[in-house]
Amino acid sequence: MSDTPAHSVAFVRETPIPPADPPATERGVIKWVRENLVSTPANAVMTVLSLVAIYWFLALLVPWLLNGVWNAGSIRECREIMAGSGGGCFAVLTERWHQLIFGRYPTDQYWRPTVAFVLLFVALAPVLFQTVPRRLLIFTGLYPFLAYWLVWGGSILGPIFALAGFAVGYIAYSRLVDRSFAMGFFGGVLAAIVTWWITGFLADATGNVMALETVESRDIGGFMLNLILGTVCVSLSLPLGIVLALGRQSSMPIIKWICVVFIEFIRGVPLITLLFVANVVLAYFLPPGSNFDLILRVIIMITMFAAAYIAEVIRGGLAALPRGQYEAADSLGLDYAQAMRLIILPQALKISIPGIVNVAVGLFKDTTLVSIIAMFDLVGMVRGPILASTDWNGVYWELFGFAAFLFFVVCYGISQYSQWLERQLQTDRR
Amino acid sequence: MTVMTDPPRESFRLSMLLNDTRYRSYTFQFIALIALFLFIGWLISNAAQNLEDLGQDISYGFLGESAGYDINQRPIEYNSQDSHLRASIVGVLNTLIVAFLGCITATVLGVVAGVLRLSNNWIVAKLMAVYVEAFRNVPVLIWILIIFSIMTVSLPGPRAFRGEDPSSSMLFDAFAFTNRGVYAPKPIWESGSMIVVITFLLSILAIFAYRAYAKKLLYDTGRLLPTFWPSIAIFFVPTILMFFILGRPISLEYPELRGFNFQGGMQIRGSLIALWFALAIYTGAFIAENVRAGIMAISKGQTEAAASLGLRPNRIMNLVILPQALRVIIPPLISQYLNLTKNSSLAIAVGYMDITGTLGGITLNQTGRAIEAILLLMLFYLTISLSISAIMNVYNNSVKLKER
Repeated sequence: MSDTPAHSVAFVRETPIPPADPPATERGVIKWVRENLVSTPANAVMTVLSLVAIYWFLALLVPWLLNGVWNAGSIRECREIMAGSGGGCFAVLTERWHQLIFGRYPTDQYWRPTVAFVLLFVALAPVLFQTVPRRLLIFTGLYPFLAYWLVWGGSILGPIFALAGFAVGYIAYSRLVDRSFAMGFFGGVLAAIVTWWITGFLADATGNVMALETVESRDIGGFMLNLILGTVCVSLSLPLGIVLALGRQSSMPIIKWICVVFIEFIRGVPLITLLFVANVVLAYFLPPGSNFDLILRVIIMITMFAAAYIAEVIRGGLAALPRGQYEAADSLGLDYAQAMRLIILPQALKISIPGIVNVAVGLFKDTTLVSIIAMFDLVGMVRGPILASTDWNGVYWELFGFAAFLFFVVCYGISQYSQWLERQLQTDRR
Repeated sequence: MTVMTDPPRESFRLSMLLNDTRYRSYTFQFIALIALFLFIGWLISNAAQNLEDLGQDISYGFLGESAGYDINQRPIEYNSQDSHLRASIVGVLNTLIVAFLGCITATVLGVVAGVLRLSNNWIVAKLMAVYVEAFRNVPVLIWILIIFSIMTVSLPGPRAFRGEDPSSSMLFDAFAFTNRGVYAPKPIWESGSMIVVITFLLSILAIFAYRAYAKKLLYDTGRLLPTFWPSIAIFFVPTILMFFILGRPISLEYPELRGFNFQGGMQIRGSLIALWFALAIYTGAFIAENVRAGIMAISKGQTEAAASLGLRPNRIMNLVILPQALRVIIPPLISQYLNLTKNSSLAIAVGYMDITGTLGGITLNQTGRAIEAILLLMLFYLTISLSISAIMNVYNNSVKLKER
């Protein structure tokens, strides 16, 4: 190859010298520490302060967790066993877990809410993840009726007839929607109402079929109540929120102002006043003699509350869509209902998903407020029957810590999901 | 030759109300209006029927009646003989107090945590992330109850401060943390104290005037006056001088242990502290996220452009980054303030007598006037919300990007 004979040159290096290692202070852990922890004197001071804070926190927390007592009948037994070691009295959790989770639900029926809870994930899977087979959506549709039957009990015919009403309504809608959306919508509603009216007689005539033991609403409590209120209210408020958002964007002034007043009123008052309304005022405005369940009244008010916030989120999504989308829909000759269903809403809802999830997390946290109107949710259970009992009066940290932990797990999970979803949606837009 | 013809003038037909998009919206709105009136009418007739059955009426006369209950935190004179109206006003003031304290503390916490979360110190950034996530994902009611338990259960009773060798001692001999609340020195306003306060307010105005003058001088002549140290001097010197010239008209009354309790000084109740700090820490976590988002929204090019103009780092922050970031931060910040104010209604859970505790709590239970009391309660919160959002709209319009 080369003409130069190798032996005429005293020394030829044939391989490149490997690069020298960076100085010891510029590599590995040392470099990382230098750059991230002690880059400037002020930074070093902050590092030390944070380490002190972490140590102080752990010094409180670790002995409390490790020296905890998990088996005792009351706080006095706890203290005897601990003998001043400063541990937590977690026995209250093992002793009263059924109250914390299920409230006063009949003990031998715990399998019912548990099954409903597990099935909730099956029902949610196709909604949350695109990769899950679409056929599961049928189960999602059936789930509310199944869950109602499982949790509240009673004859299975009630939920089935309610489902039948929706099914008949849907069939009528899909037959008529080709002519016009309004016709399909009102036809569907009418068909559903007729079905419910007819099956109402049937339900009276047939007795209990596959009846589960009926559970009173006031016996439903604990974390289960928070979960029920959270899921029911979020799923109900989503359609209502979409309608309100569309109404607020509408060009018809009366419709627009009705929606604006509703949204701004609900957003302007604290949830607790709405719960007071559910507790003491709503009964005045319902027909004389009607006796609405407190849970149902609370669900109505929380749904309205969440719907107003979701409407604002969706309005943001609608506003973020370029005008061209609306004009494109018009130029295709689509009418309002078609344009909204096929062009605008799919895009607007996609933009608003992170906001909707935020509202859902906030709403789930706010379900603890029902404890103030004497419903025994997780916080209500802690403050009421458990802390007031002679056995466990004085066990604050373990109970509140447990409640905080449960909420943290659920809310943090939801917010992680939302961030994951945001990333998913981002990639397919680029 | 062309003939101009108008399109044939169609006469209005009744079917056009349904089939013609020009008129259909009127039909819809009419139907909606009728439905709304029917619905409201139905509600009102139900209410009238129910009230008649119960033998009640709607009247606000109860506001004038004697309240008959005591309120433990009274910003204005109040005793149990005063009317329900006055009790409600005390409640309103208490709400405003906790909202004001909470907003300030939440802003400080939130800004610090938000900036530190962007710090290049790994451990500090992680610590702040833990703070934000821990507080954002747990209901504020639980935090209020936790801090309230700390205040009432963990702190020693006043008796722990007694005796030769007390198990607890006061901080700086001025602050006592007891399970009945925190006792702090109370300022005593003697004659002449008004002059000191006015001097203080005037010196704050003077700082702004001085800064405006320095800015004008800079723009007109290019001369740069120092602002930081003169501002500090104007802030402290005149007030302190006036304070000593007038012979120290403001003194502090220290709390003292007499008998079984502390006397004198200012008692800050555990319920106020629980509500104040829980709301502040909770809202602070949200504000931290807003601040972080606001700072991250300013593109790096802005910092680099400012640096290439030769600005120093703190000037880059003050003159380039912050003015732009504030435009992003302030609207969500205001809505966090609103949330904090609305969340302060949770006071009822710890027995802090805010408007929900007085008007929506004891007054409602005593008089049974549920509709009236809750209507007033909602109106109060609605007024606050709407006036703050009105102010926010004005602000948003004033800082909006002026585009061509």
